Amino acid sequence: MKRLRTWLMRLIGSLGHSHERDIQEEIAANLEMNVADNVRSGMTPDAARRAAILKMGGPAQIAESAREQRTMPLFENIARDTRFAFRQLRKNPGFTCTAMLMLGAGICSAVAIFAFVDAALIKPLPYRDPSRLVGVYEHTDHCDFCNLSYLDYLDWKKLNTVFTALEVYNHNDFRIVTPRGSESVLASRVSAGFFRVLGVTPILGRDFTAGEDAAGAPPTLLLSYATWQNRYGGRRDIVGQTVVLQDAPATIVGVLPREFHFAPAEPAEFWMPLRPENSCEKRRTCHNLYGVARLKDGVSQQTAFANTLLIAKQLEKQYPDSNRGQGANMQPLSEAIAGKIRPLLLILLTGAGLLLMIACVNVANLLLVRAEGRRREVAVRGALGASPARIGGQFATEGFLLVFMGGGIGLLASYWTMQLLRNLIPPDMLARMPYMLRLDLNARVLAFAAIVSVLAAVLFSIVPSLRLSREAMLGAIHSGASRGFSSRGVAGNSWRGLGSKLVIVELATAMVLMVGAGLLTKSFHRLMRVDVNFQHDHLAILELDGPRERYGKDEQAVAWSRRTLARVAALPGVTSVGTTSTLPVDCNCNTSWIVIPGRPDNGEHNDVLERDVSAGYLETLRAPLIRGRFFTDDEDYTKPRVLVINQALADKYFPGEDPLGKNIAFFGHPDKMMKIVGVVANLREAALDSEIRPAVYMPFNQETDSYFGLVVRTTQSEASILPALVAAAHEIDPDVAASRSGTMDTRIQTGLPAYMRRSAAWLVGGFAVLALLLGVIGIYGVIAYSVSQRTREIGVRMALGARRSAVYTMVLGEAGRLSLAGIACGVLCSLASATLISSFLFNTPPRDIATLVWVALTLGGASLVASFVPARRAASVDPATALRAE
Amino acid sequence: MGNKPDVWQGTLALMILKTIDTLGPLHGYGIARRIEQTSGDRLALNYGTLYPALIRLEQEGAIVSYWGTSDNNRKAKFYRLTAAGRRQLRRETRSWEEKTAIVTAFLTASEG
Repeated sequence: MKRLRTWLMRLIGSLGHSHERDIQEEIAANLEMNVADNVRSGMTPDAARRAAILKMGGPAQIAESAREQRTMPLFENIARDTRFAFRQLRKNPGFTCTAMLMLGAGICSAVAIFAFVDAALIKPLPYRDPSRLVGVYEHTDHCDFCNLSYLDYLDWKKLNTVFTALEVYNHNDFRIVTPRGSESVLASRVSAGFFRVLGVTPILGRDFTAGEDAAGAPPTLLLSYATWQNRYGGRRDIVGQTVVLQDAPATIVGVLPREFHFAPAEPAEFWMPLRPENSCEKRRTCHNLYGVARLKDGVSQQTAFANTLLIAKQLEKQYPDSNRGQGANMQPLSEAIAGKIRPLLLILLTGAGLLLMIACVNVANLLLVRAEGRRREVAVRGALGASPARIGGQFATEGFLLVFMGGGIGLLASYWTMQLLRNLIPPDMLARMPYMLRLDLNARVLAFAAIVSVLAAVLFSIVPSLRLSREAMLGAIHSGASRGFSSRGVAGNSWRGLGSKLVIVELATAMVLMVGAGLLTKSFHRLMRVDVNFQHDHLAILELDGPRERYGKDEQAVAWSRRTLARVAALPGVTSVGTTSTLPVDCNCNTSWIVIPGRPDNGEHNDVLERDVSAGYLETLRAPLIRGRFFTDDEDYTKPRVLVINQALADKYFPGEDPLGKNIAFFGHPDKMMKIVGVVANLREAALDSEIRPAVYMPFNQETDSYFGLVVRTTQSEASILPALVAAAHEIDPDVAASRSGTMDTRIQTGLPAYMRRSAAWLVGGFAVLALLLGVIGIYGVIAYSVSQRTREIGVRMALGARRSAVYTMVLGEAGRLSLAGIACGVLCSLASATLISSFLFNTPPRDIATLVWVALTLGGASLVASFVPARRAASVDPATALRAE
Repeated sequence: MGNKPDVWQGTLALMILKTIDTLGPLHGYGIARRIEQTSGDRLALNYGTLYPALIRLEQEGAIVSYWGTSDNNRKAKFYRLTAAGRRQLRRETRSWEEKTAIVTAFLTASEG
């Protein structure tokens, strides 16, 4: 009650100004009484007044302290300080603009990158209780998160005691028949409970029901929201209509919510129940599914993992022929969704954070210089009764105002920057990261921006007030009054102490960023220089998917492939053409288990890559033949089976032997013996940063399919032939779906590993360039200020006979010492932080001496160039003018 | 001047209230003189401390101020105790006595 009354009185006190005269009069009256008393006790009037003032203290200070109690100073002062700070900032537009731009750029980059981090890693997944969801996989020696086979999945589903539900999905190309003809679309097959385990309900129609994924159930499908909008114009009567997918009409039963995404199975236009209808799903050795499960309440991921391992062991015992070496693996679903992109995002966030730090330190340094220039102002205000807290408050207000404006600019800019950055992601890459579509300035991003800004503002308020302690104020008024040589020197020196430390921090940070950028760039170039072991230029590619009932038989497929090859080979500018079951630079997937007849079983699951290729495919790639020969076109299903193996397979299974003429069979098919006729160099079948695995190449004509990837070598530009390729394929059969037409070079350059490293190198490189710029501005600022403070000293030195070269040496020496200190700290920090980046580097040691040396030389050189300008100014000082000027 | 102990806020309020209670309505200078004299000049009262304390007591409603004329015919601002102020003085006197009694008892006990 008393407190409330006090507060109200103070509030009222704040509003009027009438009390001001009251206080003055009261103080004056009391002073007079004191004087009168002193006179009465025998002092002369002058001495009496002097003693009274000494006793009471300065009337101004008393009035100020009374005022502070009378009113609400915080409240009033903030308003007054803000107005004053505005005036101060307006008076110095150069400083204000520079500071705001630097801050804006720093905050913009940090916030924009954080928005990506938020979209990918922080924003909760659009499922019910997503932290209880796990991805479930099989595990073999060379495959950590491997597909499940359908039969294994059924056993796991039945035997586990830890999941409320275990569901599976896979992701594939499908042919869809539209009024415009056949098209290839990406779609996902999921077990019937898939959306229920995620906790996702269709916004239109219904979910799949139990049993809808049984063999022979009538085909149904769900539309993704985008498909519903783009293909069907968002019509609500779409439910119940049919789509011809993979040559069978399927009924649309519902539409998925707009915010739904499931990156591992996307992009997917359609979602259909996974009916075990293809041959793969009938074999336990064929793995084509990924699992997703919800943990039962109270079951930890470890417990669940142990349970799946146990089941895998059991199955291994039960089915030794198919499940040898098949373990289990598990990871949080969030990891399956965004795990791959996490290292990239964290590196970018660190980079942006470091850049922001440099920007803040630079602005702090500018503020420091300004504070130095305002020593006299501060001293005068101190003398007029302002308390140190009050003066600190003034600086804090300016800092906050600066951050508020800079942060505002940065936040606005970050909105555009994140859109821009997202538009730089190639569409097919973005389609694989659907969570990036939900990029926005949400509450978390704004909170991040606020925290960053407050930290910056606190830094900006502390730094200048640190320097302007009470003592400094007293010192300043003397130095300001007398303009004395020595006190000026002292002030300059103490500023240089703090300012130099800030510059060292700046240079060290810039160095860390530049080293990071250097390593990432080097790593990217090494990745791009990886030898794919074939000539990848002038290669056009196209994938063809024909109706299965038309090309399901060997002779049908062979005829189709021969006609297509002949038609394409006749196109102008085509020098050769071939087909493969899996295009190169894709994945270490599509493997088969081989056995070598006559050898004792080595007890291992001997998985090798299998590629079914046409005669002329390896020639078209210009793959180096090491021994033997490639295939001929007449080696078809009527002839004895032949095989070309890669060098890795020869090294692993036929060390020190001549593999030519040896036989290999697939596990479980000892009757189908295949004779090795050639050895080819290790073609890069998987992504650039993946290991080389043993591989077998078999004639397509002996292992046919209704699908193949076309590889075409051209003399002209390979991209220009693509439309003609599609036309040629449709000329042979208009019902064949042609997809992913492109060039081999683009395929190599836009693969995920290349893409991630390229973006990391570019973005961190951009941060590093800005950091270098800011660091150089920082050191220029310190040296220029130091020179301006020492003009008189330099004048005296030169008057006493110092040469210009000595002045150069002095100034550049100071710059050199600062740069060296900064670079030394930078080297230490880079070495210490090297492990953070190492997982992201390709064939590049994280402590790469060449990079360190280059960066150190660049940074040192840039700093010296920047300091050369003030050094020249110092050396051209005219002693007479300098001495007179002070 | 610097070697005399400063008066701390809570105690100062008590001293002001007691002074006004004893001497009746009084101006700031008189209050300061009285406190210094009563302390046998062992306390130096900083006016920068006294004024805020007076204003605070006035805001709390323990005292009211009015302009009047001093003994030697000068215009001065006088402070007078209110009923609430008298209550506050009683309460704080009692609490002070209790506190000192405890500390004294404690000090004598540990000496013995």
